[in-house]
Amino acid sequence: MTDKKMVETLIYTKSESLTELGTHYCPGCTHGISHRLIAEVIDEMGVREDTIGIAPVGCAVFAYDYFNMDFAEAAHGRAPAMATGLKRVNPDKIVFTYQGDGDLASIGAAEIMHTAGRGENITVIFINNAIYGMTGGQMAPTTLPGQKTTSTPLGRDIEMHGFPMRMCEILSQLDGASYVVRRSLHNVANIRKAKKAIRQAFEVQRQGLGFSMVELLSSCPTNWGMTADEALKWVGESMVEAYPLGDYKVSPEIKGMKKGGGG
Amino acid sequence: MAKELLKGNHAFAEAAIRAGCEAYFGYPITPQTEALEHMSKRMPELGRVFLQAESEVAAINMVYGAACAGVRVMSSSSSPGVSLMMEGLSYIAGSELPVVLVDIMRGGPGLGNIAPSQGDYNQIVKGGGHGDYRPIVLAPASVQEFIDLTVEAFDLAEKYRCIVIILADGSLGQMMEPAELPEMREVRRFEERPPWSLSGAKGRTPNVISSFYLDPLNEEEVNRRLMAKQAEIEANEIRFRELMLDDAEIAVVAFGTSGRIAQSAIKNAREEGIRVGLLRPISLYPFPYERIRQLGDNVKEILVVEMNSGQMLGDVRIGIEGRIPISFYGRQGGVVPMPDEVLEEIQKVNSRSSAS
Ligand SMILES: Cc1ncc(C[n+]2csc(CCOP(=O)(O)OP(=O)(O)O)c2C)c(N)n1
Ligand code: SF4
Ligand SMILES: [Mg+2]
Repeated sequence: MTDKKMVETLIYTKSESLTELGTHYCPGCTHGISHRLIAEVIDEMGVREDTIGIAPVGCAVFAYDYFNMDFAEAAHGRAPAMATGLKRVNPDKIVFTYQGDGDLASIGAAEIMHTAGRGENITVIFINNAIYGMTGGQMAPTTLPGQKTTSTPLGRDIEMHGFPMRMCEILSQLDGASYVVRRSLHNVANIRKAKKAIRQAFEVQRQGLGFSMVELLSSCPTNWGMTADEALKWVGESMVEAYPLGDYKVSPEIKGMKKGGGG
Repeated sequence: MAKELLKGNHAFAEAAIRAGCEAYFGYPITPQTEALEHMSKRMPELGRVFLQAESEVAAINMVYGAACAGVRVMSSSSSPGVSLMMEGLSYIAGSELPVVLVDIMRGGPGLGNIAPSQGDYNQIVKGGGHGDYRPIVLAPASVQEFIDLTVEAFDLAEKYRCIVIILADGSLGQMMEPAELPEMREVRRFEERPPWSLSGAKGRTPNVISSFYLDPLNEEEVNRRLMAKQAEIEANEIRFRELMLDDAEIAVVAFGTSGRIAQSAIKNAREEGIRVGLLRPISLYPFPYERIRQLGDNVKEILVVEMNSGQMLGDVRIGIEGRIPISFYGRQGGVVPMPDEVLEEIQKVNSRSSAS
């Protein structure tokens, strides 16, 4: 027999764009998956040292401790305005915000709308978990009709609270928005698609093509009162039904863009 | 540079540009809008950043973002707009970022009107936003002083990494006076941005700018640092002007436009033989308590004149510590007092204090 060489193939490692710190997210929460996907994309693009992130007020408030790059902490909902200020004086840097649904679709509705409308060359990662996670599970503008939360104990009554807001659909109507897509994190196949979309969004920014946003349907098992598995199932069924996945806006310039390495 | 006829709003905007302001974010509101309009033309001409935000909430958060990058950045607004900025200002204070803001006060509360007022003294001088912080607050009384203080504001903001607010009123924004602008200063080069700024963590550990400290002991540490900075500011940055106080029996204390009006009244009173002088605080924070305290030893009575219902009055009372009488004359809601009205008040105080 010939000599057998031991060959080690590295199939998984910590992203350089993440710090060593363990996150505080609940078991089964998909915030961690989103972080990982963003970090992998930034690693693969080789832009960690040129990227500045903006953390929201929400469960991801500590994102600046988990991402290994320059970071700022915004006021609740104001990350897109802050990103605008930062990007305008740092046009060569990659600037992204990471925002929850309360942050982006409720208190920060004006800021996201106008940032998209201006075609601000930034990237927004929008975590839609149909609830206010950080404050203990109150209704979000994205909460589904009938969904029980601590502030809709009998379920969201559309007569009283109106209807969920579909931000991709709304923002895609703005001429300034270049890339607006919705993905889901409820299983591996969808997670891979989500990563491709995040890569595309950052590429759009790198090439100066304007406003990009990836909405990620996410889980909050803690405040939904579900196990991790039940929560993912609920994302895959109820949330995907209410928030159809897809590309809501892909500007012609992006369609003509050369495919980046990560797709 | 030669003197030219300048409108207050144009003058401070141009002064900011010449002080090396690299980015301006704002939202139109009378009586401040000429500054925004001036910026909209001049900043792009110079390759700098101008952006009309969707609201003052957004404007101050754009300022917050640009300040994180370590550039000279400012906004300007008027009372209702500044109210909307309070959240952002608190975050900026908590993050210890250098920011300059100009507030051209107008009549209030509510929508009020667009006439000159000093009704926001308490809001601005005592902090304004939530939490334990104080911005440096400077009050000009002429277009020239407005220019000079604007330039100084950028230096002070960077020296202490704090907010500096120039508190003026609609008449200062709108009036035209001969004044001299400073030399043009280039904006800071990228390599010259401060080491704490967010510029991409190239070959260094990441910088984080945040005002979030879950552990109260850590937050207390930040608060203590802010307090120590305030002590330094209080020791070094008190500014005021005085006029004819040497032999005065009555001291008028008034800031900004009220101070200017009081000055005319005092000159007339002097002609009548009334021994009256003026103390015009320029730094409202830090407030010249010590000088006020000395006045309590030297004069018989104080007259405070303001375009509000008596807001700085509280600070004068602190300085006087109840030792001598203090009277107050104010006009509100956008009404500017006439020198004659102030003269009449001085006469009243004079007859009372000479009778006693
Ligand atoms: C001005 C202001 N209002 C309210 C809050 C309280 N608050 C903190 S996080 C949050 C909601 C967060 O929900 P979301 O943005 O959906 O993020 P999640 O925690 O679900 O990821 C609220 C209301 C605050 N911090 N600031
Ligand atoms: S509360 Fe919900 S969103 Fe927040 S960390 Fe826990 S599971 Fe995630
Ligand atoms: Mg949420």
